[in-house]
Amino acid sequence: MAIKTNKAIKISQKHLLGIQELSINDVNIILDEAKTFIKLNQSKTKRLNILSGKTQINLFFEPSTRTQSSFELAGKRLGADVMSMNMENSAVKKGETLIDTAMTLNAMHPDIIVIRHQDSGACNLLSQKVNCAVLNAGDGSREHPTQALLDALTIINRKEKIEGLRIAICGDITHSRVARSNIYLLNMLGAEVNIIAPSNLMPKEIEKFGVNTFTDMKKGLKDCDIVMMLRLQNERMTSSFLSSNREYYEYYGLTPDKLSHAKDDALIMHPGPMNRGIEIDTKLADDINRSVIKEQVELGVAVRMACLKIFCE
Amino acid sequence: MKKQYFINANIVDPHSSINENGGLIIGEDGLIEGIGKKVNTNNIPSREKIIDLKGKYIFPGLVDMRVFAGEPGYEYKENFRTLSNAALAGGVTSVVTMPNTDPIIDNVSIVDFLKRRGRDKSKINVFPSASLTKNIEGTSMTEFGLLQSRGIIGFTDGVKTIQNTRLMSRIMNSAKDLGTLIMQHAEDYDLSKNGMINTGIIATKLGLSGIPSVAERIIIERDLTLLENIKCRYHISQISAAKSVEIIKERKEKIKFTTGVSINNLSLNENDIGDFKTFLKLSPPLRTEEDRMALVQGLKDETIDVIVSDHKPEDEEQKRLTFAQAATGASGIETLLSLSLELYHNGSIKLETIIKALTSNPAKILKINKGNLSIGNEADFCIVDIDKPWVVKKENLVSKSKNTSIEDKKLQGKVINTFVKGKELFTL
Repeated sequence: MAIKTNKAIKISQKHLLGIQELSINDVNIILDEAKTFIKLNQSKTKRLNILSGKTQINLFFEPSTRTQSSFELAGKRLGADVMSMNMENSAVKKGETLIDTAMTLNAMHPDIIVIRHQDSGACNLLSQKVNCAVLNAGDGSREHPTQALLDALTIINRKEKIEGLRIAICGDITHSRVARSNIYLLNMLGAEVNIIAPSNLMPKEIEKFGVNTFTDMKKGLKDCDIVMMLRLQNERMTSSFLSSNREYYEYYGLTPDKLSHAKDDALIMHPGPMNRGIEIDTKLADDINRSVIKEQVELGVAVRMACLKIFCE
Repeated sequence: MKKQYFINANIVDPHSSINENGGLIIGEDGLIEGIGKKVNTNNIPSREKIIDLKGKYIFPGLVDMRVFAGEPGYEYKENFRTLSNAALAGGVTSVVTMPNTDPIIDNVSIVDFLKRRGRDKSKINVFPSASLTKNIEGTSMTEFGLLQSRGIIGFTDGVKTIQNTRLMSRIMNSAKDLGTLIMQHAEDYDLSKNGMINTGIIATKLGLSGIPSVAERIIIERDLTLLENIKCRYHISQISAAKSVEIIKERKEKIKFTTGVSINNLSLNENDIGDFKTFLKLSPPLRTEEDRMALVQGLKDETIDVIVSDHKPEDEEQKRLTFAQAATGASGIETLLSLSLELYHNGSIKLETIIKALTSNPAKILKINKGNLSIGNEADFCIVDIDKPWVVKKENLVSKSKNTSIEDKKLQGKVINTFVKGKELFTL
């Protein structure tokens, strides 16, 4: 298929650190590019050579299944040489700092580094120290821009546009980088965003981002077009953010009853991995009429291909 | 040393309520012999060499109540020699050093060592503090009486807070018996756990855990409640929030205690953290502009007694990390006075009030005869061009560590000379 390469407009950023740094024009460039890869990924021959000769390093300091494999596959489908480093067994364990790791890798002349790190701002720090482009695959509780972009693409694919939609994001907002990136992006694209969480999982002054906040899920879901569920990070349970899983499910788990408050054709999204029976009813998660969870994964590869291509240039 | 005569200076000595144009005479023994408007060319023998300061300011040498020295254990960050040079460049002639060294200053033998090192290597007056609890673990008290008799001026766990209320009340009781000064860093650890910056929009945006201002308030209210029944010398090291100012103002009408504030919290707010500037990772954290304004107002109406530098040298390696991993604290002793003068230049606070909070107030709390220019005292003072513009550049800092919170900031007012015991030890 034809790949558009004659774009007059260029992305304004050298790195993809977060949605916050992007303009609406940047977002449209990425989404338009991603659309061109959707069909390619469904075809029999999935390989292009546009990144042939380019080196992509995946630097994952946190365990990840879907984001890491998605980035790896995206790079390979574009013909890049992809190296994924498992940082659990690296020199970091021997006390090497992020900056030193960055300098070492930089000396190998990569064209792009994809980084996931448990500390907010780690990608910003890395971007100051290397010559190549840095793509943020999730930093602490700050941002996960490619997830938000793939969510937006999924919504556009089903609902044609985002402007004017009412979108609920529900769950552990405090610790969620996915929530933050989505809030910035969906706001930018003209959606009305409802945030639903118990007060213990609602970050302070989040309403200043221009969202509506709800502690009552049914009220928050009223007339929503999209219901975006977040993973409940089970490790939080120990520090008594919540009383129990079953109480959480009772009040904040997505069930057919609660979903009935949203629009009849409302779509269910989840960035994964899911805790079935904790934040989402297992049947709803698999309901092919409502759930677009698998589609999110599929379009994730296209979005990451677009990002790699654009930021490699 | 020859006798020295300075004339035509603007002298500000809050201790003696002097704020006038005049002169200063330093005797051969380094003591002050004359001060004020009566010192002028008419009453100085004509054969003597007279230095005309042409309207420059003379302040008493600053007394900085909160300084991390690095010795022993962290000499690579700062030692007494480098600390002295940095202090002198900022007009500071007396410091209270924090006990957070390695080992912790918590017993008599380490104090003897510290006093010797301070005396041999330091050019300024070093007043060491010791920890309130052994190894700053917050469980058992140190020997206040014995440590005091060896020259410890006050007690604090420095960067740490006594969490246990029963222990705090016992510390206060002992302090009452022995006349001990307690300096508390106010932070409730349950509330501040994992926190890095002020709780609020910036923390939410950057994805960093917050330290709510209520964490400070709870400890202040707890301690002041205890203090109602146990009257001891109690000082809150630093406050950062508007609510704290309000409570302190209200309680000061009933009970006696004192409060400090870091120059960082007076001059900067959380927005300055920008894109993860680790040099602005501070404790207490920078808060909102409303909080900063309340602190300035608190200083103005003298609810807050003291300005400190909270000088905490950290080598670059400890700051070239992600925000979560980076060390807390900023180097600031050299810029303390110049940054404080910003509050005068922008019309927020009277010059005399600022100088009081940097000299006579801390000296009074510490019960030391410093921070004043009274006749017969050791001549510790600085000569300042309060209008001289300059730009903070880390490569120009004297301190061994360059972790300034105000890199590239344009300041107005610079120390030209600093004298200790009548000796000129710093010249710009």
